[in-house]
Amino acid sequence: MLRRTALFFFLLFPAVLVSQQQPLAVLSAAGRRTLATTAMGEQEYVALDDLASMFQLTMREEPAGMVAVGYKGKTILLTADQPLGSAAGRVFSLPAPVVRSNRRWLVPVDFIGRALPLVYDQKLTLRRPSHLVIVGDLRVPRVQVRFDAIGSNGGRLIVDATPKATSTISQDADQLLVKFDADAIDFVSAGAALGGRVVDATTLAFTIGPKFGGFRVTTQASDTSMRQTIELVPAGQAPAPDVAALPALPPPDLSSLNSPPSGAVLRTIAIDPGHGGDDDGAHGAEGTKEKDVTLAVARKLKTALETRLGVRVLLTRDEDRNVPIDDRTAVANNGKADLFISLHANASWRPSLAGATVLTATFEHQAEQAARALPPELVPSLTGAPRDIEFIPWDSAQIPHLDQSAMLARAIGDRLQGHVPLSTRSIDEATLRVLEPANMPAVLIEMGFLTNAEQEKQLGGDSFQNTLVQALVDGLMQYRDAMGYSR
Amino acid sequence: MTPRTRTLVIAVAVALVAAVVTAWMTVAVRRRIARPKTQAVATAPAPPVPNAAAGRKIKVHLFYVSMDGTKLSGVEREVAYGDGVSAQAQEIVAAQLAAPPEPLVSAIPKGTTLRAIYVNERGEAYVDLSKEVSTAHTGGTEDERLTIYAIVNALTANLPSIMSVQLLVDGKEVDTLAGHIDLRRPLSRNPSIVE
Repeated sequence: MLRRTALFFFLLFPAVLVSQQQPLAVLSAAGRRTLATTAMGEQEYVALDDLASMFQLTMREEPAGMVAVGYKGKTILLTADQPLGSAAGRVFSLPAPVVRSNRRWLVPVDFIGRALPLVYDQKLTLRRPSHLVIVGDLRVPRVQVRFDAIGSNGGRLIVDATPKATSTISQDADQLLVKFDADAIDFVSAGAALGGRVVDATTLAFTIGPKFGGFRVTTQASDTSMRQTIELVPAGQAPAPDVAALPALPPPDLSSLNSPPSGAVLRTIAIDPGHGGDDDGAHGAEGTKEKDVTLAVARKLKTALETRLGVRVLLTRDEDRNVPIDDRTAVANNGKADLFISLHANASWRPSLAGATVLTATFEHQAEQAARALPPELVPSLTGAPRDIEFIPWDSAQIPHLDQSAMLARAIGDRLQGHVPLSTRSIDEATLRVLEPANMPAVLIEMGFLTNAEQEKQLGGDSFQNTLVQALVDGLMQYRDAMGYSR
Repeated sequence: MTPRTRTLVIAVAVALVAAVVTAWMTVAVRRRIARPKTQAVATAPAPPVPNAAAGRKIKVHLFYVSMDGTKLSGVEREVAYGDGVSAQAQEIVAAQLAAPPEPLVSAIPKGTTLRAIYVNERGEAYVDLSKEVSTAHTGGTEDERLTIYAIVNALTANLPSIMSVQLLVDGKEVDTLAGHIDLRRPLSRNPSIVE
């Protein structure tokens, strides 16, 4: 409601309410350019025509309030007033609706990080807090600083760079300069300690004033980040002879906007052994049935996850019975599972076909489904404060989780590699009925082909099943760590 | 009659009239919704297509399992000419369901037959298949996808007026053929599955 009202006022008084914001800095191998942003409500928007000229996109208005954005044969489809779109056939969500106003199309800045990378031929990274867009493989560490006063006149400046980047530190009168070995740095200067600010693309300057006479640096490096601890010495004193090494901080939170909140714990995983009862699923020439393989692997995976990850595991069936598709997903949704994993075995008319595939959901008729999604609305909550709730049709509940599902699929695919045979398209997507209503990251794993003689033996045997379960647990751990879940 | 009983009698009368009107509207609406299905049934089983030039053939692309089993291959074949979209759609699907000559491998389970085809004014084709398409299926996601898109693509690639295809099994809408791919809505052509 609030958003709609804001939109209404925006349309009436564009000059009043459209305030120019801090522009985005677009860093590429070619240098640094800026992209203007406008604020509307609590959202920051960029104009599609500005993006088009910067990224060589084409724009074509379509009937029914749609616009097609093209790049090298790939297309992004957006609909006015909808917080969703499709890019090269994949659905993406946006934090606020697309706006068409005064013949211009405006998209939330997250469009750059979520939609453009699906069609663009270079890596694109949006770092919202620092208003940075990084094009290509540039080294742009995120830098965080902290200052601790020690005693009455000493102090310690801690500078963390993630990913790792070395820096050289120098003093120029009352300024301390930290120059990084990188293409640029990602630093939020507002409120930074000691007036820290970026003075050229790769140098930070701090004002330390005349009271410090020198400094001493200790360096600590972890896998992902590097910490410089700069001990500032009061004027007239020699540098302290010994600086106690500081305990390493946990790695800075690199989680994206969609990630679980910092400190969240991976609690519950729902596992769905495919088929069952009178539905055998696929079967092999020797009589191995998919429903038996999926149940055996699901039970092993449950035990392994409970022991190694300490999570609660829900099975959609723990016996040989038929469970309707919607009931399977409902087990995960009602059990508030953090992840949903459906286990299957594949079949092909070509007996030579072998290998595992990790699939995520995709949606046909994206535009139609996007249109079915209702705009967010403010609803009263138990605490009295209204909450912004997005209404998504139950059978499209997977749409907002597609990015994370893709990450989960990649993590599992990474860990399966080298342990079990993989198919030629080991990461794939399909309009999978069981995943579409899943309101959490979800994948369907085809463990191998029962129609392949060799794989039928493997899938029915303990040794292959154990290796597979081990790799799945490793994949889930990789995902848990990459998403910043606490252990 | 006290005012109180009068009010009661009026209330009962109003409720009766409302119930009759509601029932009549429900029946009328049901009939209207059911109309396309009635037409679909009228065309089943596939009758011989009346056309002036009996024995006339047209060339179309039909779809079979690729060598590696992960895609469909388009193959040019001849099917009987059908007068009108529905009649032609019927010929194309019947040919797609039939066992192909070697070395082509069909993506359709053995024994599957066409019960009916109905094409509506929005270019959505409803293809009603016999239960074998589901019961005799190999059961893999890979094959299920090929089965579905062999039929969807055969219609949408050869008949420009057909925009999308919904598969029915034994006259009913189904969730899936073999437990994986969502069939609850008409599907549009999938060129990426064709090698």
